[in-house]
Amino acid sequence: MHTRRNTILTIISAALLVGLLYWLHFNRTGNGMLISILQKSAILALVAVSMNLLNGFTGLFSLGQAGFMSIGAYVTAILLIPVSSLEGVYYMSGVHPSIRVFKVFLGSLPPWFQSLYPFFALILGASIAAIIAAIVGVAVLRLKSDYLAIATLGLSEIIRAIFSSPQLDGVTNGSYGLNKIPGFPKMFGGLVPSLVTPFVISAICIMLIVMLIRSSYGRAFLAIREDEIAAEAMGISLFKHKSVSFIISSFFSALAGGLLAMYMRSIEAKTFSIALTYDILLIVVIGGIGSVTGSVLASFLVTASKEWWLRFFDQPLDLFGWQVPLFKTGFRMVIFSILLMVVVLIYRRGLMGTNEFSWDRILGRFKRRKNAKGGA
Amino acid sequence: MDEIVLKTEHLTMQFGGVVAVDDLNIEIPKGHITALIGPNGAGKTTAFNVITGGYVPTNGRVIFQGEIIGENHPRAKMKKIYGGKDRSLFTRQVVNTPDKITRLGMARTFQNIRLFKDLTVFENVLIAKHCRINAGLLRATFRLNRAEERSMRDKSRELLRTVGLEEHLDEKASSLPYGKQRRLEIARALATEPSLLLLDEPAAGMNPKETEELASFIQSIKESFSLTVFLIEHHMNLVMDISDKIYVLDYGETIAVGTAKEVQNNPAVIQAYLGVEEA
Repeated sequence: MHTRRNTILTIISAALLVGLLYWLHFNRTGNGMLISILQKSAILALVAVSMNLLNGFTGLFSLGQAGFMSIGAYVTAILLIPVSSLEGVYYMSGVHPSIRVFKVFLGSLPPWFQSLYPFFALILGASIAAIIAAIVGVAVLRLKSDYLAIATLGLSEIIRAIFSSPQLDGVTNGSYGLNKIPGFPKMFGGLVPSLVTPFVISAICIMLIVMLIRSSYGRAFLAIREDEIAAEAMGISLFKHKSVSFIISSFFSALAGGLLAMYMRSIEAKTFSIALTYDILLIVVIGGIGSVTGSVLASFLVTASKEWWLRFFDQPLDLFGWQVPLFKTGFRMVIFSILLMVVVLIYRRGLMGTNEFSWDRILGRFKRRKNAKGGA
Repeated sequence: MDEIVLKTEHLTMQFGGVVAVDDLNIEIPKGHITALIGPNGAGKTTAFNVITGGYVPTNGRVIFQGEIIGENHPRAKMKKIYGGKDRSLFTRQVVNTPDKITRLGMARTFQNIRLFKDLTVFENVLIAKHCRINAGLLRATFRLNRAEERSMRDKSRELLRTVGLEEHLDEKASSLPYGKQRRLEIARALATEPSLLLLDEPAAGMNPKETEELASFIQSIKESFSLTVFLIEHHMNLVMDISDKIYVLDYGETIAVGTAKEVQNNPAVIQAYLGVEEA
């Protein structure tokens, strides 16, 4: 009975979301802010969920997300910058000849390939990140808790340093970064407009992660999080399962990195500094370590309040002719930080804790409130 | 003669200068209940950890169902400071991680209960079934192993029914009363489908009545799962009631072997437990 009601509610809200996205597609002018915030949230939601897979579900405290995102972003960007823009992008040191040859060759391929090519680029970037994670994992996954965090943090910085090094000028354009990256592609022959693409990709990837978490392997991850020694005594190979979790998390982080490159249209190594990892960690913690829906919810709330809802504090404010002194550029971040502290103090385990979103819970809350009113 | 399931040869475990287990030679026949007893700090749990792969022994060999699952000899720094016996008997090094040994058919419980506390009773058992999974990562993720998944769930439910925890299926493991947590830990070990079950002080912290229940519980699972049981225990009543053979450790050394009666009357054992009589 309830399951049926819940399915219907889920379908209705999903339809409403899709409707909203298509509505935005047809009413782009004037809604630029909303669109860009929603898109960024969707991308960060994917990174947050993949970080949660590692930190929340497998119990591996890793801070390497930005590094893997940068791999995805750079690979996608390098593969997607059109031949005609190469001169403009690599204006300082020129592009490596093999990249040009490769791109000219790509241009001669049939149109069906051209339309799928952006997705190949995303997946290739993600796969390279996954391979690097597999290699690095052999060494760093022996470490525990804080030490693993430091090691992955270092890894992330190394990747960033490599991308911005002058030796790679012809490929990554060193510290100048890459621009003129094409935006989101259309999907399914235009059925999904480019505006909606990041949401579709992000949703598919998050769904895959959820399916993994709910499988027997996901349960093994949980066991490792709960008690490594007991998990190992139950026949769960720690190395194998930790590696799998690390590789998959890196794969999806890098994929989101590729999406971020398409979203921002220009990237540089600085974009992927440690601060980005912390932003995502913030989302994971606020949403609840060990809750997928929490991460998704928090990524929308955090992004929206950081870049939109609190904008109001950045503008000068006149109250009855009195200029409120604090209201100037940057004040929004102060309010944001205070809000974060308040949220963390009220919700000690994040907005969702380790629970997932469920209609029963929401409706149950409404019912309780109604009953309480009736009683009083 | 019964088939020997587990055998250790000259097993020695030394931490720095401390010899925790010295020259332990045990033989556990199939279908028997064997106990390892001894005063606190005698090296019982260390012996368990070495057998299950938690520690690599300093010297000696562990044979499980005819296969060498662990072997080592003093090497590197240990060559100089080795304080055990038979240093030149072994030449190879065989190391297996605990998960591999579990998959070979040896399951264990812990002295201080190590359940997956935040997960439900059912999930605790279901996770232990994971080590027998056939489906790979992709097949499991895309639910192409439906039949296997269902049989894992059915078997877990069945197992919990057998051990009498079926009414607690969806409760958090940490919310169970103490005695039932112990029982769940044993059920979880059984879910890995072992042939040898190692119990590390299963009666720790139990009152006499619970201990009695535990004794009959161990007997009954031994029969219904055709197990061989190896246990560490402090409760003498339990040990004396159910064990076929008892090994007594003190300061890492085996001071007595025999049936309950033989061990009880052994002067060395009495001395180890009650201390030396003042002259």
